[in-house]
Amino acid sequence: MTTPLIEIKNLHASVDGQEILKGLDLTINAGEVHSIMGPNGSGKSTLANVLAGKEDYEVTDGSVVFHGKDLLDMDASERACEGLFLAFQYPVEIPGVSGMQFLRAAINAKREHHGLEELDAINVMKLFREKAKLVELDLDMLKRSVNEGFSGGEKKRNEIFQMAVLEPTFSVLDETDSGLDIDALRIVADGVNTMRDPERAFLVITHYQRLLNYIVPDFVHVLVDGRIVHSGGKELALELEDKGYAWVDDEAPAAAAK
Amino acid sequence: MAQLMEPTNLYAADFDRLVGRLDGAWSHFADARRAAFDRFNELGFPTTKHEEWRFTNLQPIVKTAFVPAEPGAAVTTDTIDHLAFAAIGGCRIVFVDGFYRSDLSNLADLPAGMRVLSLGEAADDALVCDHLGRYATTDDSLTALNTAFAADGVVVHVEKNVNVEQPIHVVYYSTAGDRPQVTHPRNLIVVETGGSATVIEHYASDETGDIFSNAVTEAVIADNAQLHHYLLEREHEQAFNVATLRVQQGRDSRLESHSILLGGGLVRNNIHVEMTGEGAHGLINGLYLPHGDQHMDNHMRVVHAAPHCDSRQYYKGILDGSSSGVFTGRIVVNEGAQKTDAVQSNTNLLLSNSARIDTKPQLEIYADDVKCTHGATTGQIDEKALFYLRSRGLSESAARGLLIYAFAHESIDRMKLEAVRGIIEKLLVHRLPQIELLEGLL
Ligand SMILES: Nc1ncnc2c1ncn2[C@@H]1O[C@H](COP(=O)(O)OP(=O)(O)O)[C@@H](O)[C@H]1O
Ligand SMILES: [Mg+2]
Repeated sequence: MTTPLIEIKNLHASVDGQEILKGLDLTINAGEVHSIMGPNGSGKSTLANVLAGKEDYEVTDGSVVFHGKDLLDMDASERACEGLFLAFQYPVEIPGVSGMQFLRAAINAKREHHGLEELDAINVMKLFREKAKLVELDLDMLKRSVNEGFSGGEKKRNEIFQMAVLEPTFSVLDETDSGLDIDALRIVADGVNTMRDPERAFLVITHYQRLLNYIVPDFVHVLVDGRIVHSGGKELALELEDKGYAWVDDEAPAAAAK
Repeated sequence: MAQLMEPTNLYAADFDRLVGRLDGAWSHFADARRAAFDRFNELGFPTTKHEEWRFTNLQPIVKTAFVPAEPGAAVTTDTIDHLAFAAIGGCRIVFVDGFYRSDLSNLADLPAGMRVLSLGEAADDALVCDHLGRYATTDDSLTALNTAFAADGVVVHVEKNVNVEQPIHVVYYSTAGDRPQVTHPRNLIVVETGGSATVIEHYASDETGDIFSNAVTEAVIADNAQLHHYLLEREHEQAFNVATLRVQQGRDSRLESHSILLGGGLVRNNIHVEMTGEGAHGLINGLYLPHGDQHMDNHMRVVHAAPHCDSRQYYKGILDGSSSGVFTGRIVVNEGAQKTDAVQSNTNLLLSNSARIDTKPQLEIYADDVKCTHGATTGQIDEKALFYLRSRGLSESAARGLLIYAFAHESIDRMKLEAVRGIIEKLLVHRLPQIELLEGLL
């Protein structure tokens, strides 16, 4: 049996003393794409942020093992260096920090963590150029302050661009599709699909089924009130689209009682 | 007003000694000097009851038995070269403990139409006779004290329509003496009609010593002339430094003042500008970075005395440790100064819970057709931005450093001279966490 890439067991997390994740289990193997769907407020972003190491969230119980190591024991920088990536639902604007400056620092922080030589400016540019093509991002945007004045779609594409540059083994995409028109959606999906390989895994969080036509998941999970109440194949997404979240809400008590 | 000050007859013996030492070249200034000393004795040092000094307590200066510095300290060219700016070459005039040092200065390649002199050697120069003491008012007791003891400093003279790109680097270096030492650098910059100049006023010191620099610079920017003035404070972190820049601006003239405060323990940075000619422009840019116990007080006063002038005050503070900062920005628009366009902004980044900033705009507007805006903000590092950077792999300190650097960068970007900007950027980066990481990015 292969060891899972990431194994989440009985995860409980609170914010401001209020419990949001209430015993979440999820195992993802290398090479797989999982999708989490769920109604607003069910805890999808909370899960993403807890995995990324945001300190506002307190893990009160459970464990997360990533690449055989205790993920919860690492701080956010370390998790990123170990290969975790979160494409934010709401990427932050950072005035005064240019995209190039920041990404170059990120690349080299990660390389240093793995005992690799610093990547020089020329090779960094080469990498930027190659990956920018992938997500049809205008390289000039990288000269500007990170996300400042970017449209919603540009911010999301910039997230995928960063993912492509940093080449994480495990990427969490938090509603990267929300607010995207169909062209932007296709670009984002292409970016992810190009990166799919046996060494990598993805957790695609979405509110709508639409994205999953482009990024076809191996597994779909339904998150309701801080727990996964349903798991299935990609057809589960279609079923949800048809019947709405009310359907799983009805089923939830049964699932929780198991 | 007098009750706000402490009358004093400090320094009387020192004053008599100085007057006895100065030669005939200074005779034209004797009355002004005497009057200034009397004025200082009448006013004394301001206390914190004085509105303009509410947040800066000068008691440590009053209580220290400062004596006038003596000439002849052993300082080598190497020391001065290491202060930066050696790389950009050009002219440099060096004062050690307030005294001109020809052995450390380099005034060989002055462009035609520009003079750079030591005030001590050119006290009776026609320019000095015409301008010295005409602008800096002795209503301020520290300026009065400087005027009383003025004996050396730089005189920069740019003739009509002469445009000098290369900066003049003026270094004030203070050494650690046996006793607490005070110096009163007195500078005069005159840029004639249509001329332009760049002057870097640079304060540095040994790593220790009780030192007090009380400097006054009078600058006259004639019609259509330009002055780019940089003040760089890098003395050790227990030093006292009061520096006053008093600018007189003619018609269509341009002032660009940049202050970068890194060193000093108790620092007062006065920038006082009078726009007396129509259509003058003033950019007053500053960056102060106190940490530890440093105290940095920025006191701006911009007087719009003529119509159609614009002024821009942009001051940024980054405060760490238990340091404190002050920003007072006064804009005065005189009657008749219509179409004034004045902007003032003070932004502060507090890096620690015990750092403190007092900021206060003061608008006095006596004309009706004017545009005056001001704003002040104080905040901490944006936690969301910090997490975003960390989530990409940057360590906490690197992420912090990058955000602080970004905050400061706006000020640096306003400095037009690339060579100077580059050096200042490096000096700044050395004050940030994780400099190795950031240096690679610059
Ligand atoms: N930082 C926070 N502070 C307070 N409440 C939060 C915070 N983050 C999330 N919550 C609360 O947790 C619940 C789940 O939110 P979230 O994880 O964003 O849901 P989803 O992404 O599924 O819409 C909501 O009730 C939300 O208000
Ligand atoms: Mg969400």
